[in-house]
Amino acid sequence: MGLLLLPILLVGARSLSPSGEAWSQLWAGPLPGMLWTTLWLLVGVGLGTLVLGAGLAWLVTAYEFPGAGFFGWALVLPLAMPAYILGFVFLAVFDFAGPVQTFLRGVIGSDAWFPDVRSLPGAAIVLSLTLYPYVYVLGRAALRQQVPSSFETARTLGDGRLRAARRVVLPLIRPALAAGLAIVMMETLTDFATVQYFNVDTVSVGVYQVWRGMFNRAVAFELAALVLGVALIVIAAERVLRGGLRFYQRGPGRDFERGRLGGWRAAFATTACGVVLALAVGIPILQLGAWAVGSTAQVEATRIFETLGNSLGIAVASGVACVGLGLLVAGGARLSGSPLALRIRHLATVGYAVPGPVVAMGVLVLIGAATGLISGSPAVTVVVSLLGLVYAYTVRFTAVAYGSVDASMEAITPGVVDAAHTLGSGPGNVLRRVHLPLARTGAAAGMVLVMVDVLKELPIVLLIRPFGLTTTAVWVWELASESRWESAAIPALLIVAVALIPVLVYLRRGKLGEMAAYQTYQPEIETPTPAGVP
Amino acid sequence: MSLRTPTLLLVIAGATLSACGLASSLSGGEDVVRVYSGRHYDLEQAFEDFAEETGTSVEFLFGGDAELRERLETEGDNSLADVFMTVDAANLQIAAQAGLLQPLDSEVLTEAVPENLRHPDGLWMGLSKRVRTIMYHPDRVEPSELSTYEDLADPRWAGRLCMRDSANVYTQSLVASLIAHHGYDEALAVVSGWVENEVEIIANDIRILETIAAGGCDVGITNHYYLARLIEDDPNFPVLPFWANQDDRGVHVNISGAGVAVDADDPELARELIEWLATDGQESFVYGNHEYPVNPQVEPPPLVQDWGAFEEDPLNAADFASLNADAIRLMNEAGYD
Repeated sequence: MGLLLLPILLVGARSLSPSGEAWSQLWAGPLPGMLWTTLWLLVGVGLGTLVLGAGLAWLVTAYEFPGAGFFGWALVLPLAMPAYILGFVFLAVFDFAGPVQTFLRGVIGSDAWFPDVRSLPGAAIVLSLTLYPYVYVLGRAALRQQVPSSFETARTLGDGRLRAARRVVLPLIRPALAAGLAIVMMETLTDFATVQYFNVDTVSVGVYQVWRGMFNRAVAFELAALVLGVALIVIAAERVLRGGLRFYQRGPGRDFERGRLGGWRAAFATTACGVVLALAVGIPILQLGAWAVGSTAQVEATRIFETLGNSLGIAVASGVACVGLGLLVAGGARLSGSPLALRIRHLATVGYAVPGPVVAMGVLVLIGAATGLISGSPAVTVVVSLLGLVYAYTVRFTAVAYGSVDASMEAITPGVVDAAHTLGSGPGNVLRRVHLPLARTGAAAGMVLVMVDVLKELPIVLLIRPFGLTTTAVWVWELASESRWESAAIPALLIVAVALIPVLVYLRRGKLGEMAAYQTYQPEIETPTPAGVP
Repeated sequence: MSLRTPTLLLVIAGATLSACGLASSLSGGEDVVRVYSGRHYDLEQAFEDFAEETGTSVEFLFGGDAELRERLETEGDNSLADVFMTVDAANLQIAAQAGLLQPLDSEVLTEAVPENLRHPDGLWMGLSKRVRTIMYHPDRVEPSELSTYEDLADPRWAGRLCMRDSANVYTQSLVASLIAHHGYDEALAVVSGWVENEVEIIANDIRILETIAAGGCDVGITNHYYLARLIEDDPNFPVLPFWANQDDRGVHVNISGAGVAVDADDPELARELIEWLATDGQESFVYGNHEYPVNPQVEPPPLVQDWGAFEEDPLNAADFASLNADAIRLMNEAGYD
């Protein structure tokens, strides 16, 4: 636990040196505006992901319409699309010089009006399109797993479909939506690459600007602490939204009796799903493909394999580390049974709310100290910084794995545990035989999410990768930072393809695809599993 | 359990490939210079040429200027880097001030690099020049209407300007040079004038030029080589450069440059590399990206030769670099995104 916080504490300690003047200038200057911008962006992306995530989940789960089966899984795919790639493509397609506006000017004339795409709403749309799958997946799992019977009951009692949805379904899936939304908020808060394309100055952008442009590390870290503060408020809000309900696993849910949509309603449902998928995945892949074809750059196969191998190796290693640690923290806290341990276990998630460059800076200090101790050959330095890279990802993304694991353990009823104790199992035995098997699906889901995050991640890998190591994301960055998007299209497509692998593996797993973490939300107001039966 | 097999395969494949890649990159041979580089266009070619001519191979780690500087600082004497190379003067200057670089005592370099493009004590050397100037659409703007960066604050340019965002170091350097020449308040008035002219901020130089070409603005400010790149792809690309401030101090010129790390394993080899880049290697270093050579003996790349000669702002790069933080503060104050 301490290890997870160490890099953050390190940068915190370094930032303790008073920086009064610069800080007060920030307060008098751009900071209030940045805070407002951040807030509005959170509201926009929150609403966007809720509408898209919950709305689409409801549509594909509760209704029958052409393509419902396909969209059911395909709508998860935008998870593989990095926001910084979608953001760039979005601007290239929709801004003044892009094909859409050029076409409109050709048809309507040169004064054709078009909304300003380089704007906060533009950024909110792009972030919503890439982040809604978190809400969608969790929401759909919740819908499929526990809502059907209550929903049918409400229908039997005479409620219409929508009324039943509002009165019964929404309250039941609220915790799942809140959990998804919390992930979305963290990602939005710590993003600084995408929002910069859109001239949206959030506090995270401020961290970067103060650090890189004003060379003031102390103030940068103070700003990062502010980001963390906002994140803590979000986490607290999520707890409140869960409403203190305890959720326990119940027998497998039944399938929805799905309503059949006809006529224009069916057409609307199909179109809505299709448009979202086209915007989030279809158009960017087509545009990247067109660039890749038009690119004159020679791409060597060895470079593709090398960067892909590096990316995957790091992603898998980080995934294993995050899940392992998640299991350790979630299980350990339960094992010890100490109220303090139970309470502080959530601290493991703090790294997720700290912008990547800040985590990287902390780890860099540790790497420096470690190589200083060993002080060996270049090879040793490389190994240390490789370990440092995985370590940084563990700090940053354990929250993602931990969330899945912890929630699936949360769902294990006290009854089962008590029964195991009664039957003479020691705490270690209980953990091994009860908690771990039941947390397996949660662990797999966590692994997938961490891997996808790591494959897409940029600032950390840029800052602390070992000498000579290039990942696919780094390759994209090298070209994109020079505006060479035609050449960058090939590695960008590779990232999407590679991030699709864990998503697809996970989808293929069917049951696992129910995002184990939250398959288990089951409010106690319904009858929990009878206790005491092992 | 079927999840385990693919996962295991992935781990093995990934680990093998990573190991191979790293092993091959760290040849550990005698004659190797390691470069941390914020510059990543056509460098591979220049380094290959260097290896061919001198027998010294070059290994490099690409990254952002600021990130690599931080890394150099944190790694201290364990750093593998011999040379630190950037695409802007500010980060070289900061690295010099932080004691991360050692002086280059080289007659070759004092001869090859003009005085205003290198550190007074030889802590870093400019190696190529990038001119940040005014770009315009010849159908909608007469060159006679254009004069200076300051003039773009005039109301007659309202709604006609496109510029780069304030987070970009090129913008920061340009504004820092305004501060150096006019003082903070007057520079603030200029930038505020741009803002009052409803300047459209686009976080991408290429896109600024494409927007001018498409009619979204009439005038913009970008680095010269982005236009060269677009013209290379399409000789009829309808945007032309205008050398700013020719009747007073000259156009703003930034550098891409390098210095030797204070803990370089082999400072001699590092010096050799930088000397080569400033002399025999100038062409392979600057031509690929259409930059101007620092070495007056070397001709500019063919494409930009058509644009003619220009007066450049003699301000030492170290001076505007030290005003970088003020430039950011100023743009914040002016409401420039």
